[in-house]
Order: sequence, then structure tokens, then C-alpha cells
Amino acid sequence: MKNKQVSSNNVGLLNNPLYRSIFFQVLALAIVLFLAFYFTNNMFNNIAASNITTGFGFLDNIAGFGISQTLIEYSDGTSTFGDVFIVGLLNTLLVSILGIIFASIIGLLIGVGRLSDNYLVSRLSLIYIETFRNIPILLQILFWYNVVLAALPSPRQSFNYLDSIFLNNRGLLLPEPIFEAGSSAILISFILAVAGVIYLKRWAKKRHDDTGEEFPIVKVSIAILILAPTLVYFVSGQPVTAEYPVLKGFNFKGGLTIVPELLALLFALSIYTATYIAEAVRAGIESVPKGQKEAAKSLGLKDHVILSKVVLPQALRVIIPPVINQFLNLTKNSSLATAIGYPELVTLFSGTTLNQVGQAIEIILMTMAVYLVISIVISLILNWVNAKMAIKGR
Amino acid sequence: MATYTMKEAKPAPSANKGVVFWLRENLFSDVKNSLLTLFGLYILYALIPPLLNWAIFDATWSGTKAELPSDGGARWIFIVEKFDQFIYGFYPESLHWRPNLVAFLSVALLVSLKLLKNNKVKIGLIIAFPFVCFVLISGGWFGLEVVETEKWGGLMLTILVAAVGIIASFPIGIVLALGRQSDMPVLRNLCIGFIEFVRGVPLITILFMASVMLPLFFQDGIEFNKLLRALIGITLFQAAYIAEVVRGGLQAIPKGQYEASEALGLSYWQGMILIILPQVLKISIPNLVGSFISLFKDTTLVLIIGLFDILAMVTLTNSDTNWLGFETEGYVFVTLIYWVCCFSMSQYSKAIERKFNTEH
Repeated sequence: MKNKQVSSNNVGLLNNPLYRSIFFQVLALAIVLFLAFYFTNNMFNNIAASNITTGFGFLDNIAGFGISQTLIEYSDGTSTFGDVFIVGLLNTLLVSILGIIFASIIGLLIGVGRLSDNYLVSRLSLIYIETFRNIPILLQILFWYNVVLAALPSPRQSFNYLDSIFLNNRGLLLPEPIFEAGSSAILISFILAVAGVIYLKRWAKKRHDDTGEEFPIVKVSIAILILAPTLVYFVSGQPVTAEYPVLKGFNFKGGLTIVPELLALLFALSIYTATYIAEAVRAGIESVPKGQKEAAKSLGLKDHVILSKVVLPQALRVIIPPVINQFLNLTKNSSLATAIGYPELVTLFSGTTLNQVGQAIEIILMTMAVYLVISIVISLILNWVNAKMAIKGR
Repeated sequence: MATYTMKEAKPAPSANKGVVFWLRENLFSDVKNSLLTLFGLYILYALIPPLLNWAIFDATWSGTKAELPSDGGARWIFIVEKFDQFIYGFYPESLHWRPNLVAFLSVALLVSLKLLKNNKVKIGLIIAFPFVCFVLISGGWFGLEVVETEKWGGLMLTILVAAVGIIASFPIGIVLALGRQSDMPVLRNLCIGFIEFVRGVPLITILFMASVMLPLFFQDGIEFNKLLRALIGITLFQAAYIAEVVRGGLQAIPKGQYEASEALGLSYWQGMILIILPQVLKISIPNLVGSFISLFKDTTLVLIIGLFDILAMVTLTNSDTNWLGFETEGYVFVTLIYWVCCFSMSQYSKAIERKFNTEH
């Protein structure tokens, strides 16, 4: 179809590919434009007829409802719908990031377990994958919320772990860290440690390239990253303390509360997404030809060197793209929180705010725009990773 | 004359076969493996007996709500009592034969497609079938009583939404995929824009858009009921995913096939329909089935915009004051239905994949 150089002398005007192509494109564009015009025209007529205000002015109006979990300052008397949007967005990001972390851990374990020599472990991993990936995610969310977490005891009969972690039907209560003056030194020391590790890694790579000597980079890096902030913590006089949740009357005071909605959502999202990540991990490791490992072994490399220098670099190239796609899916699936009322973007904005304001167009387009931006950012990251991991020199 | 008698081959040394050998090799090959095995056995021990007790041994299958013992077992009598609601929703009981007939006709259609040789008859049957089903379920023709879509529900609605989503999205998806692969920049970018937009947002926002914004797009007097809006949303959503699957197939077909179809003097559409698409669809079957499985699972989302699919029926049947607190049984029942459907579809797609796999 790439033969645009067909001379137009010996073909009729009607059959000339170039003219036909232009004609069809103009036609398609005209249809789309006409539909867009027809729809928006009707939309404005309908909106005018039903006396709904338009525009984004409502974002500055006071939202008169409370939100069960907010990451920023929010009060139902003074905060605006714009604040509601930010609260929802942050909660969406919170549940997505936590979900991604847990799903990756479970998925990695199950994926490696699937390839285990141990018959029982690989069968159990398979059963896990086949069970949870074939149940709709919404059903899993509702099951965790309405059956498992609803069966938890009241605050007075909470499950108690070491008097600092409590689990009851109001959620999971954890000790809350309190940062006093001087705690910024810990953060600074951590950042310096990260910079040091990056520099150390470059140096180790250069030395390895020059002399072939190995440097235990992983162990040393972990030691630096843990030791430096710990040292500063004690030197600066222990500026971080913890506030423990305490039972007062019928409920707990203090501490960090993770609401049951968030727990149910995290359980369901990470268990469901982990099945896909596990399959990606398995497929990636299996994609490395057996000969690669055998060749590395016959070169006399040690097992951990084979894993880190031969198997993983090749496997990761296959693993990472589908896993990042699953991260995106998890983020999109977090919108199902609206079924159990966890205050994230869709619940707060496309639900409560839409009911109060009634400006469907603006609100739904804003919600969609957020998810579009997230997926564009994730696909940019994916492209960058793909470019970085592409086999060089081919 | 001495005859040579063949000696029986000796059995292999017992250390290399048998149960003990298998156990030693697969479960207890070293300390780490043995620990893992014990851990696995513990998980099985912690999960299986309580589950069996709950679901089978302590379960109640009969009785009324008032006299139900609460000894910790499943009370399946709830499912038995509410079975009709789970399957048909609020569809009038005297008319249940109509969805049943549709189910029977679907099986009959599949069988006749397998048996019949004449392609024209087959295509005629496939085209006529949706209309027959619609008339049977909705009524209004041939003296059949009309059943409003508000009364459709349960598994019937779930299957209906999934079937419409799959069937209606298929041609749209193929056209979008062809558009995306086209040489015409305007068409290509329109298709890319649509596909990437739909794939970038969650289904729930599309459903909200269909249920809230769609009525605003049309002049007064054009009414969409709730079910139709959901179906439009789901179809557009699924079409974008089908388009990506088909595009994968289009890219996998060797370039020589395209060139050969042009060399034969076939027009674009002739070449596509006679040469390219049959091959594309064949190699895309596993991925298409995967996409259908996702859609089937995603049909649960219609409960958020107020339709009563089988999952929504769990909440609804539990609001009956005579039958409160049976969420667990309801969810487990629905889970089983979804699991069986999705698992068998995924096994089917794996079987197809194995059949096509000619690598070794």
C-alpha cells in the first residue's frame, strides 16, 4: 500500500489512490466533526434548558460534607470542592502506590514459587493464581469488605499485637511517628546516603571494568542506607517518637488509623494484581534459554553471579513491561473503591460532588483527565525503561 | 540345539522410582525444600479442613430462616430459596420459560453451526439469532407480554451484558484496528485517539459517562434506558481492547501476505476479508478469549450504575428481612459461577494456543 508513486496519468481520477485516500479522510473527518458538533450543540441546549451552571467555578464553592480519610487538611465547613478533588486524587495515589508495593511483593513470591523445584510449592502457587485471577475484582473487594472485615470484633475486643497494633471493625491502628525538631537531619542524612550509594556504584562498576575485581555493592549499600540514618537518629538525640493508639471508652484515640475500606481495597487489589505479576515473572524467567545458564556455569561463574549478571538482566527485559501495565491496571481498578465508599477520586468527585453540584460534564471529564494523565505518565516511564533495557548494539 | 531364551529385564533399582523416590526428589530434596514442603502442608492443613467443614459437613440444605441452626456451617438453603432471583432477577416467574428457551436456542445454535455445511444458512442463523433472543426476552411481538428492562437481572443480565458487549464490540474493534494500521493519517490518528483514550481511563468512568452524559448528547425525546446506556459504554470500552488484540494479529501476519493479495489484484477490502483477516482472527483467538474473560469479569461493574446483575443480587436478596446475614453464602455462590466460567474459558484459550503452537 506504500506505492504512492503510481503515475496518475494512466489511472482514472476515481481510482487514483491518492485522491481516494484524501476523499475518505475528508469524509471521516467531516463525520466526526459533525457528530461532535451535534452532540455538543445538544449538550449546551440541554444544559441551558435544565438551568445547570457551567464552568469550573464550582471548584471554589464550599463542600459541606466530611471525608473519613484525608491526607491534607480538610474540614467540612471551610474546604472547597477543589480541596475535595485534591483529597480524592491523593487517596487514589495512596491506595495505588501501596497496592503496587504489596502486589509486587506477593507477585514476585508467587511467581518464583511457581517455578520452584518443590512440587507442593509450585502447585500451591498455581492454585493461588488460578483461583484469584478468575474472580472479578469487584467481587473480591465486596467480599473482603462485607464478609471478612465486617466480621472483625468491636474496638473493645480488638485483636492486639504487642499493645501497639490493633485490628478491629473500625480499621487497623498503628503507632504514629511524631517528628520533633531535628528530625530533618535524619532525612538529610538519608538523602546523602543515597547519593553516596550512587557514587559508590559508579566507582565499583568502573573498578570492575578496569580490573575485574568484584565489590560487594549490594551488602555495602544496604549497610550505608540503614546505618547512616540510624546513626544520625541517635546522635541528634532521638527526635522521632511514636504515639501509640490507646483505648478510651468505646474507641481508640491517637495513632494512625487505616480505615477498613482502605484495608479491603488493598487486600483485594494486591491479591488480584499479584496473580498477573506472578505470571509475568514466571514467563520472564522461563524466557531465558537454558543454554545461557549452562554457558554461565561452564564459565565457572558462581550461582549468585549467574542470577544477577546472566539470568536477571535477560528476564527483567521480559518481565518489566507487562508488570508496569499491571501497575496501571491496578491504578484504574482502584476506582472500584466507589462500591465500598472509600474516599478516592471516583467516590468523592464523580459520586458525592456530582450529586451535590450536578455538573456532570465538567466533573466526569476532570476525573477521566486524571486517569489519562496517570496512564500517559506510566506509559512514558514504560517507554523510557524499554529504551534503557533494549539490547545494545543490534 | 540350544535355544536362547530372552531374559526378563530386571526392574530398575528401587532407589530411582516409586513413591519414596518421587517424594525425596520433589518434596524433600534438601533442608530448604523440606521446610517449604512442611510450610505448604501447614497451609493446606489450615485451609482445607475448615473450608470443607463449612461448605459441606456442617452445611444446612433445608429448613426455614427461623429454625436455622448457627453451628458455623454454610446455610445453602438461602441459595436454594433465592435461586430464581440469582438467575432471573425480577423477571416474572410465569415467563421464566423465555430466558430458558433462549439458553436452549443458544446451545442449539452452537450445535447446528458445528453440524451444518452450508455457509449461507450459517450466516443467516447467526444474523437472525440476536433478534430472536431479543424478541423472546423483551416481548412485545407475536403476542408475547412485554417485560421492562428494569426487571431483567441476575445471571441472565450478566450473560446478556457480556454477550452484547462481545458481539457488538467485535466489528467496531476490527474496524478500529484496521483504521489504526491504515496509511491515511487522519483516519489513523482518529482511531489512535479513541483507542488510547478508552484504554487510559477506568471502565467505571466510561459507565458514569454513558449513564450521566449520554442523555445530554441527544435532543429531547430520544430516550435511552439504563441498560442500553450501560451496553453502549461497555461496547465502546471493549471495542478499544479488541482493536488492540486485532492490531497485534495484523502485525504478526507476514508482509508477503499483504503484498500477495495486492499482486492478485484484490482491492483493499477484498484482500482484508479474504486473505488477511481470516489469518489474523485465527492467531488472535487466545488473546480474544482473554479479552472476553476480562469483559465477563468487568460486567460486575454495572451494579455501580444501578443495574441488578448477579453480584448486585447478593446485596438485594440480603435486604429481605426474612433472610438477613447471608452475604457469605451469596458471595461464595456468585464466586463459584464466575470462577467456573472464567476458568473454563481460560483453559479453552490455552488449548487453542497449544494447538496453534507448531514450534516443536
